[in-house]
Amino acid sequence: MTENDEASSLPTVADRSPPAAIAVDHLVKVYKQTRAVDDISFSLPRGSITGLLGGNGAGKTTTIAMIMGLVLPTSGRVQVLGHRMPEDSASVLGRMNFESPYVDMPMRLTVRQNLTVFGKLYAVKNLSDRIAELAEDLDLTDFIDRANGKLSAGQKTRVALAKALINQPELLLLDEPTASLDPDTADWVRAHLERYRRDNDATILLASHNMLEVERLCDRVIIMKRGRIEDDDTPEAIMARYNRTTLEEVFLDVARGRVNGAKEAAR
Amino acid sequence: MTDTSLHRGISVHRIGAMILRYWYLLLSSWPRLLELLYWPALQVITWGFLQLYIAENASFFARAGGTLIGAVILWDILFRGQLGFSISFLEEMWARNLGNLMMSPLKPIEFLLSLMAMSLIRLAIGVIPMTLLALFLFHFNVYALGLPLIAFFCNLIFTSWSVGIFVSGLVLRNGLGAESIVWTLMFAILPLACVYYPVSVLPAWLQYVAWALPPTYAFEGMRALLIEHTFRTDLMLEALAINVVLLGASFWAFLALLRSAREHGSLLAGGE
Repeated sequence: MTENDEASSLPTVADRSPPAAIAVDHLVKVYKQTRAVDDISFSLPRGSITGLLGGNGAGKTTTIAMIMGLVLPTSGRVQVLGHRMPEDSASVLGRMNFESPYVDMPMRLTVRQNLTVFGKLYAVKNLSDRIAELAEDLDLTDFIDRANGKLSAGQKTRVALAKALINQPELLLLDEPTASLDPDTADWVRAHLERYRRDNDATILLASHNMLEVERLCDRVIIMKRGRIEDDDTPEAIMARYNRTTLEEVFLDVARGRVNGAKEAAR
Repeated sequence: MTDTSLHRGISVHRIGAMILRYWYLLLSSWPRLLELLYWPALQVITWGFLQLYIAENASFFARAGGTLIGAVILWDILFRGQLGFSISFLEEMWARNLGNLMMSPLKPIEFLLSLMAMSLIRLAIGVIPMTLLALFLFHFNVYALGLPLIAFFCNLIFTSWSVGIFVSGLVLRNGLGAESIVWTLMFAILPLACVYYPVSVLPAWLQYVAWALPPTYAFEGMRALLIEHTFRTDLMLEALAINVVLLGASFWAFLALLRSAREHGSLLAGGE
């Protein structure tokens, strides 16, 4: 059974096993004449880290936005933690969170004020303890009472990550989590995400252009191109299939339309 | 904030969290606080002196003391009420924070309720000093209107929220390119709501339009109170009925525009 077949049979009430963290079934999004997402299906088991790869305009952000309920699909279905999105979003939004370069935290509020507001929105219990814990984990203590707008890019990313983790989400959606970070900070963020997944058995879906990041973090990779899924497997299996040693080379093969040649060469 | 239900499981804590967010913002920025005080004070001083001048030179205005300055204060309740609502909404657009809120458990109705609360808080900061200025400079005590003032206030603030909700929906759907509507739409009501003159001044056909606007009833009611010393309960009840319809329609429009924004991907764009 392929991933697509698996996803098209979404969990029913009668199923005993816990529902997939994310189940996407024949998802389509059309903007006027453009098919931004073109009939994709996949299912992510709980506790997995999956990388969503693809060039600009491949449909990654639109896919994530549909999973979050920010964009309505033209057709198809999305289930998150066993609940239909966006119809049943009230049941899941408190159990998930996200970070994206397309949104900011209010600049004039201090880090502590921002985390307080979002903690209250997510009904976090013992909020001041949770903020102290995150400040310790993510090394925010030195600037926790500084306005968000006065932080460096790396500090802002750590604050955004703290907001994304404030409710200890079961599902974390990350769009370019290390974009514009220096290698040291980016490595530090990746290590934290790995630790968070391990300690909380959380599911993470991340869209990234950083192939090294995906190789390091992800146990599964979905490659998108022009709104469709081009490939879907473990990083190792994909690299083997394309006869490449890095995901970056695979990415270039896909982006430049050398897919068939690379696959044939591998055979 | 993807749940489109208006009332299911409303959380006072989430509304409180949003009020706290705007309160932090106000306290962090003295220009924002100053702006709340500046325009209402300027308005009341300008119109107050004009009223003094006219009263000294026209017997009608001498008799109808306070109608102009009263109109200025009530107009500011209407206008600042809408701005207080809309600016808090725009703060989220300017801060690119809307995505964070949309992805949180905050419901649309909770978001709107928090914006209503903020419009009251901002209004209090701006208009209470304005009324005190009117009292000390021009001996016009708006609080002497007594209970009718509450009726005028409620009807005006309900209209301001209806307009605020509707224009926020437009900005949500169309991005910050629609921001100018926030600042200008209320001025389209100004001549029709007969803020400074009675409805009878308008041509007959335009009077039908004027009476479709709840603020018209508040301004007519205020003039009846100050000139004829009569509180027109009928006007207030009619205004309340229209306001209920307007508020319902604006909620519906906001949800429809939110849905349209999600269909067109506008929530991701957010900008112009």
